[in-house]
Amino acid sequence: MSVLVWVLSAPRPRYSAEEWRALGLTGDAQAGRLVFYAGGCESCHQSPGQDDRLKLGGGLELKTPFGSFYAPNISPDPVDGLGAWRDVDIANALMSGVSPDGQHLYPAFPYTSYRRMAPKDVADLAAFLRTLPAVKGRAPPNALAFPFSIRRAVGLWKRMFFNDSGLKPDPSQSEQWNRGRYLVEGPGHCGECHTPRNFLGAMDSSRKLAGGPMPDGHGKSGNLRGGDFLTWTEADIVEALTSGFTPAGDVLGGGMNAVVRNLSQLPESDRHAIAVYLKSLPPLGPGAAAKP
Amino acid sequence: MKRLVVLGMALACGVTAVLADTDPIAERRALMKHDGAAAKALFDMSKGKIPFDLATVKASLATLNEGATKSAALFPDNSKTGGGTAALPAIWQNKADFEARFAQFIKDVQAAQAGITDEATFKQFAPAVFKNCGGCHELYKAKSG
Repeated sequence: MSVLVWVLSAPRPRYSAEEWRALGLTGDAQAGRLVFYAGGCESCHQSPGQDDRLKLGGGLELKTPFGSFYAPNISPDPVDGLGAWRDVDIANALMSGVSPDGQHLYPAFPYTSYRRMAPKDVADLAAFLRTLPAVKGRAPPNALAFPFSIRRAVGLWKRMFFNDSGLKPDPSQSEQWNRGRYLVEGPGHCGECHTPRNFLGAMDSSRKLAGGPMPDGHGKSGNLRGGDFLTWTEADIVEALTSGFTPAGDVLGGGMNAVVRNLSQLPESDRHAIAVYLKSLPPLGPGAAAKP
Repeated sequence: MKRLVVLGMALACGVTAVLADTDPIAERRALMKHDGAAAKALFDMSKGKIPFDLATVKASLATLNEGATKSAALFPDNSKTGGGTAALPAIWQNKADFEARFAQFIKDVQAAQAGITDEATFKQFAPAVFKNCGGCHELYKAKSG
């Protein structure tokens, strides 16, 4: 029985070294910079207590209902960071939630969304990460409540709630819509805050983006498919994602500030694509019936 | 008759003020909402969505100045929860920083009030005013939009 559980919970990286090599990708650091901001890596991995967003020494604590996670050092330091990781290692972490030494990563690292990233974007991101300063020092180990502290158990969770397939473009939709969906559901990982979750912390994709608990357990994120948000135009969404200002003259706060800071680094066409995609979602959730 | 109306309004304001003193959460929410409308007018103007109008600018800045000055004092220790407040506990954990940010905001608004005489000076002073919003709302406000 325990052998069965052991087998069922085994880490399954998406790519072997040969499979990745066969893709024939060369990373472009300049393109990778945009992937970095779309993915918002520094929001979790930036060394706390200082202002340089490209200093990715990790250590930020994410307090969740399961315990505290500490984002690791993803700087190119060869000992304390990702300096020794190959592109395929970064790909497997992002897309399968598996580390180079064959362990599961906790989905506090949102590979549940990043798994939709295009391999080319991953290669570019890896190239960009290597241009950043090496930072010494490791983050503390996670402080999780039992049984969440059993890392191998993540394998069972993945069996139930995770598939590591990528995102195929929808040929019936415009290129702009597809770009928007890719950004929202892939690197933008919007659903990780904005999608409701079940008791084991897995996102309920049938109600995606209809508002969910903030990862740190404090408060809820907005419903992007109901209520007030239905009255926002595409232009309103673009404005909010560029400057933080909402149609009511308020400013997006708590968590969205980092998102706005990052998305403002992308070309406006990307924020527009996100707006197009969000406006296309069928209304759902509280206030969904409010708009005629 | 007119005097009666004015007197009535003054009394009503007085009464409201007295009532409001006992509910800092309600009052600050109302002030901030008012601030938002004023900020939006300034913001739309800065984006060219509505034409520049000096009277509107002056009125909006006056609203922001009054709103910020009054709001800064509406976060007593007994007003942390309830009343639909979006105020985060971080406010009371970092009271000095919170109050410093209000002071900076008021300073920038007053500099704008003093300096704006036309569209060119509006474009010069407005960004400093807008710069303040995100800083507070990121750290100290629970929900967006």
